Amino acid sequence: MTPEPSDFPTVADQVAERHSYDVVVIGAGGAGLRAAIAAREAGQRTAIVCKSLFGKAHTVMAEGGIAASMGNVNTKDNWQVHFRDTMRGGKFLNNVRMAELHAKEAPDRVWELETYGALFDRTKQGRISQRNFGGHEYPRLAHVGDRTGLELIRTLQQKVVSLQQEDFREYGDYEARIRVFHECAITELFKAGSDLDSPISGAFGYWRETGSFIAFEAPAVILATGGIGKSFKVTSNSWEYTGDGHALALRAGATLLNMEFVQFHPTGMVWPPSVKGILVTESVRGDGGVLRNSEGKRFMFSYIPDVFRAQYAETEEEGDRWYTDPDNNKRPPELLPRDEVARAINSEVKAGRGSPAGGVFLDVSTRLKAEDIIKKLPSMHHQFKELADVDITKEPMEVGPTCHYVMGGVEVDPDSAQSRVRGLYAAGEVAGGMHGSNRLGGNSLSDLLVFGKRAGDHAARYAHSVRNFRAAVTDAQIESATRAALAPFLIEERPNLARENAYTIHAELQQTMNDLVGIIRKADEIELALKKLDELRQRAAVATVVGGREFNPGWHLSIDLQNMLLISECIAQAALAREESRGGHTRDDFPGMNPEWRKFNLVLALESPAGLRDTQSGVNLFKQAVPAMRPDLLELFDPNELKKYLTEAELPASIAVAASAVPADQSQRG
Amino acid sequence: MGYEAKFRVWRGTVRAGHLKNYSVEVNDGEVVLDIIHRIQATQAGDLAVRWNCKAGKCGSCSAEINGRPRLLCMTRMSTFSKSEVITVTPLRTFPVIRDLVTDVSYNYEKAREIPAFAPPEGVAPGEYRMAQVDVERSQEFRKCIECFLCNNVCHVIRDHEDNKQNFAGPRYLMRIAELDMHPLDAIDRQKQAQEEHGLGYCNITKCCTEVCPEHIKITDNALIPMKERVVDRKFDPVVWLGSKIGLAKGSGRDKAPVIKP
Repeated sequence: MTPEPSDFPTVADQVAERHSYDVVVIGAGGAGLRAAIAAREAGQRTAIVCKSLFGKAHTVMAEGGIAASMGNVNTKDNWQVHFRDTMRGGKFLNNVRMAELHAKEAPDRVWELETYGALFDRTKQGRISQRNFGGHEYPRLAHVGDRTGLELIRTLQQKVVSLQQEDFREYGDYEARIRVFHECAITELFKAGSDLDSPISGAFGYWRETGSFIAFEAPAVILATGGIGKSFKVTSNSWEYTGDGHALALRAGATLLNMEFVQFHPTGMVWPPSVKGILVTESVRGDGGVLRNSEGKRFMFSYIPDVFRAQYAETEEEGDRWYTDPDNNKRPPELLPRDEVARAINSEVKAGRGSPAGGVFLDVSTRLKAEDIIKKLPSMHHQFKELADVDITKEPMEVGPTCHYVMGGVEVDPDSAQSRVRGLYAAGEVAGGMHGSNRLGGNSLSDLLVFGKRAGDHAARYAHSVRNFRAAVTDAQIESATRAALAPFLIEERPNLARENAYTIHAELQQTMNDLVGIIRKADEIELALKKLDELRQRAAVATVVGGREFNPGWHLSIDLQNMLLISECIAQAALAREESRGGHTRDDFPGMNPEWRKFNLVLALESPAGLRDTQSGVNLFKQAVPAMRPDLLELFDPNELKKYLTEAELPASIAVAASAVPADQSQRG
Repeated sequence: MGYEAKFRVWRGTVRAGHLKNYSVEVNDGEVVLDIIHRIQATQAGDLAVRWNCKAGKCGSCSAEINGRPRLLCMTRMSTFSKSEVITVTPLRTFPVIRDLVTDVSYNYEKAREIPAFAPPEGVAPGEYRMAQVDVERSQEFRKCIECFLCNNVCHVIRDHEDNKQNFAGPRYLMRIAELDMHPLDAIDRQKQAQEEHGLGYCNITKCCTEVCPEHIKITDNALIPMKERVVDRKFDPVVWLGSKIGLAKGSGRDKAPVIKP
């Protein structure tokens, strides 16, 4: 169809609609909605801006549950145990304060959802039921079958609607104090000045439907944009996961942390090819599913690393007894943290013991009755039946690792979720630190709620405190942002350049990251990836768009592609710099975990924030010391366990002495 | 293995549009959304389509395939013969925005008109106690992924634009049923369903149930039981008398009666 004349853009005649809010939340998944609810309940006028329709955010994909030590199934559970599990899962690189706050506040955040109308599965006593998951010592995940994310997103969505109903009763306007701008993408953040220290003043974006522009004036902006998985070929992530928040933060002068840590979920579908990467929930293993190789062997027993040996069963018999008698048996190694299981599957396939489609077998059919499988894992049953013609009540699934989550993200203050830029907050997957080098299953949904609420509360407080000193967004800022957003259209006016297609560049980027910066990494391969990223960045700068501006996915992709390229560069640079293997970062050339490296976070910043466009990456990387753990938190661990993670010098004198006094066979219980 | 399929995809805007032919490669195990994406990547960079999860969990990629409302991501190419021409058109009940993308704001407006869950008074967070068997009734409806296929197929609004104002559609009548069956919700929902949201328009043809990708029994488990309760209450002489002398117990379930202001 020929576009109508009005579809052809020029910068001069673009007028952006303008809005003024106290708090603007970018992203409408669990973290974004929880933040918006908090900001609005604190009395601030709040906007929620999201790329997809309201209620479609990636949170709906979460399956297994929300980790919170409510102790409904095993009363021994408490926040200290949850904290300890989280630190172990992250291989002690977690931001300790975040892990502490998360473990302490998660139960309240879950209970609160019931007051919004959530309906979790119940225990016999009528409390919220909790299930086992990898790395969690006790049954800890509140869940609704295997569609917990859907319940979370719908509950929060309906809470937002209920706040709008309040506004309607009070003001006759549903959107008086909280409005959702859906199918609206943010391309830029505004600051009150060009200094690194200047505070945030607003945000700029476009409506996907019409392609027209929109500017927000706001002293507080909360990033809740999720992750980066769409830079990888095999991924469980949706199209939205293009690292927008990560890139926006960098360009605004904030820093990113731990970007080398990318979680490959051990169990994604591997067949048919078109669904490769779609998630198979960890609940399959939590509820009894086992992993086998082509020889029928439960291979995970051969992959228990030294640091976890004390907590995992050594025989199949003991592992099986654990499901019914967890107090007197150790858990099966299928429930090791995700990084361990993903690496093990990778090794089995490489050793020629994989399944026909290049994965391994995940079998629940011989472990549970068909009716229980359908009840506990309904969407897995549905998904395999519809997409792969596999009946999981009768036969095993074929699974393999899939890019699932980025532990790295915006560096934030643990208590307030504020980045280095005043007025800019980040919560959920886009924030870094909480999960260290590897996230435990179930800790994501709780992270969204705990830090979503904190970001919302603190952003609201900050917005209120500066209400009389709000910086205006200038026409020049809007014009410059408009020009940048329209660049892919304007390129076509330069006829001598070779035509590039954003879809092709995206596919090459995904292949590059998958092959060269994937689950197992090597220096020479990462260097090759960095070269390729350089080339792709130059080609992306001249990628052209066909068609007009109304709902044009080609245009949207060419804007998202810039974010993906920038963030991929960050991941590759950090992956090259960290010369050890830890959590979601495995170096073939540096296979061990090195306590010296645990002392450092890798931090990324732009040389000249706000100036970044097109062909120069300008990414700077530096090492930053990890804050020390408080003594009372250190005491939660067995001294011998600490010695496996910390350097001799980091161990407090008392612990160092105690550790040498404890006989080895009595250590590490618990 | 691979073959070339013939596709006809509706292209256009609210101003004008037509079916456009594409010949496109199909590989083993693919779904219709894969093919739409291939057209987008290789032949029509601006082809507009909504999608998110590609796993049947988000309900974004609703469209009509050979006239049947379906999720593009859950419709496997192997369900068609290789020679069949596959026609993909936008949802018919909602105004088109562009290509396969429609304006679904009707659904969001209806969602907003249904009073939210009303938490029971005097029960602190963490103190909610409910039996599994009681939450399961509402849980079935909370499986809804809001693909809006049920509202799209419902002839009450598909064929009668005027009814949109007075009829919430199967999706939101089911939402009312969900709240009505919530063990701790504290509002009377049945009268609202009938008087404000058009429950009476539904003549149980079960088209909604048929297209639901989550296999929710919308008609049998949500709409019919609610119709029955409305009728019970309206025509049962004992209930009628009870309500007159202040002994009303609603539908007889163990929920505190709450009088609407």
